[in-house]
Amino acid sequence: MGNIIQIENVTKTYRGGIVAVDDLSLDVGEGEFVTLLGPSGCGKTTTLRMVAGFETPTNGRIYLAGEDVTELPPYRRQVNTVFQDYALFPHMTIRDNVGYGLRVSGVPKTDIAPKVFEALTTVGLLDKADAWPSNLSGGQKQRVALARALVRKPKVLLLDEPLSALDAKLREAMQVELKHLHRRLGLTFVFVTHDQTEALIMSDRVVVMDRGRIVQAGTPTDLYDHPATPYVANFIGTSNMIAGEVSFANGELTAVRFDGGEVRCASGGGRFSVGEKVIASVRPEKVHLHGKGEFPPDHTVISGTVMDSLFHGNTFRLEVDIRQGEPFLVDIQLKTGVELAQLPAAGSAIDLVIDPWTVSVFPVEPEEMP
Amino acid sequence: MRAVVRRRLSSGAIVSVPLLWTLAFLFVPYLIMFTYSFYQKTFPMFVPAFQFGNYLTIISDPQYYQVLFRTFKIASIVSTAALLVAYPLTYFLVFQLKSSRLRTLLYMAVIVPLWVSYLLRAYTWKTILGNEGILNSFLVWMNILSEPTDIFLYNQFSMVVTLTCIFIPFMVMPIYTALEKVPRSMIEASKDLGVGPFRTFLRVTLPLSMPGVIAGLTFTFCLTFGDFVAPFLVGGPNGFMIANIVQTQFGAALNWPLGAALSIVMLMIVLTIISLSDRLERAGRIDLG
Repeated sequence: MGNIIQIENVTKTYRGGIVAVDDLSLDVGEGEFVTLLGPSGCGKTTTLRMVAGFETPTNGRIYLAGEDVTELPPYRRQVNTVFQDYALFPHMTIRDNVGYGLRVSGVPKTDIAPKVFEALTTVGLLDKADAWPSNLSGGQKQRVALARALVRKPKVLLLDEPLSALDAKLREAMQVELKHLHRRLGLTFVFVTHDQTEALIMSDRVVVMDRGRIVQAGTPTDLYDHPATPYVANFIGTSNMIAGEVSFANGELTAVRFDGGEVRCASGGGRFSVGEKVIASVRPEKVHLHGKGEFPPDHTVISGTVMDSLFHGNTFRLEVDIRQGEPFLVDIQLKTGVELAQLPAAGSAIDLVIDPWTVSVFPVEPEEMP
Repeated sequence: MRAVVRRRLSSGAIVSVPLLWTLAFLFVPYLIMFTYSFYQKTFPMFVPAFQFGNYLTIISDPQYYQVLFRTFKIASIVSTAALLVAYPLTYFLVFQLKSSRLRTLLYMAVIVPLWVSYLLRAYTWKTILGNEGILNSFLVWMNILSEPTDIFLYNQFSMVVTLTCIFIPFMVMPIYTALEKVPRSMIEASKDLGVGPFRTFLRVTLPLSMPGVIAGLTFTFCLTFGDFVAPFLVGGPNGFMIANIVQTQFGAALNWPLGAALSIVMLMIVLTIISLSDRLERAGRIDLG
């Protein structure tokens, strides 16, 4: 599997010295579904626009299927974009919108019709071929935009927050549909979003960006279970952050002491030395309540007081005071109604059990790149 | 129930003032004019009558229908010329200029002359095109002409130049608004689909800015059609337009019925143009949402 996109040390500086993308390098494999994830202003859209050709990098090169396309205008690149606002031409029917690129670039009429037919069939909108964009719903416009981008058989499909304007239910349906489409077509997708759930659901690989740089890139499970920085741990899912000091470290275990006790971590062994200020992070759903059952000796037990319990539908979230800054969050999956009665009430003291393999430890200063 | 009545009454009161105003000072005068157009001219003034003699004169006497045609021709040339100058200029302002401050500045430079007296702007062209004018002096100084020429002023050419220059803001404004409303993502989408800049302009930008073009053409055409100052100042003997004739009928010629009939014909032409453009604009109205 070769790399279809190679971004090499690309920097984009705007007028006034604003650095949107800062020395970014990224390879995208053929057929891969890569998501650029980050808050607004992190440079993800600018990166996508440079691949599409709407922006020219200030520095660095971009290769598409081995060819240097850094200076090529968008109409000479074999990539197509699905725009955030769909950008359907209001003065053309759906059929003409989809066939627009082919028609204007002189593809014979007899060749256009079957291609448009195929693209509209792919997105399931064949019956709307003669409708006008203004008569379609948001989800339908989204599909037309998709069909229009696919009809030219691009090497890469770029998607710029295409689902952000849809309501929650439709968005979920489109996420699954896009994922299936990707599998069916075997096309390379580069997707931009600020929604971490969307990124986790759809992607083969997620690239987390912050301030124009890549913070971490990896599979969704990798990012979730082994965040490289507190930023990633916080941005993807929810994490409890415990600030403390390394009290013990060997090749296998790192122990972090904080006001309320000590938490052991199995990963990152050997990276820290005793006395170093660190942050330990653990997901709310990986923490268990100390019940009657036994637990392995390497697990940590932390005592705390329940401050509040919040019903989340499929889970209960406990806010527990463990004598450090923020309330410590614990998610409890409810399986039967019986457990509901056993939930600790606010004010009661509880013991929490933490598996050292679910704890990540980061240095206190988030690594500022040189 | 009573509250509803009171609200209706008060909103009626608010509307009634401007309504009465238009009725008294717009519709009534037009109605009087319309009535006059059927009156009979008899020395020294005219007598009430109902006859179509005035209208017959307009369509049978070359003196009148030729001027009507000329006015039509000049209005067409002026609006076309204004479009050809204004569109590229506005396109440049909206799409090519990167600095928004400079864009506003240049846009204002186009629009601000509207606050300058019309007469002053027409006179300016007199000083530019005239025998002793800037253009002649320049050409003589460049040794292109040996002596100043009269060909620039007092003809239809000078009228077209003057009127185009005066009415260009009315073309720039609607086109500017229309071009600004064209979503940048649509232009990008076109390029993304493999279409170069020129064809993108023809297929996307131009069609999407048509409402502005139609509005601009309507403004400039109608304004030129009713103009009587430019022909008077820079037009010369064969530059008379229909509004000048109307003015003469109500003035020196003392033929109010004919003047009224000419005004009604003008009004009909302008109303036709406006409703036509309205229909065109409606047909081409595009939901950019």
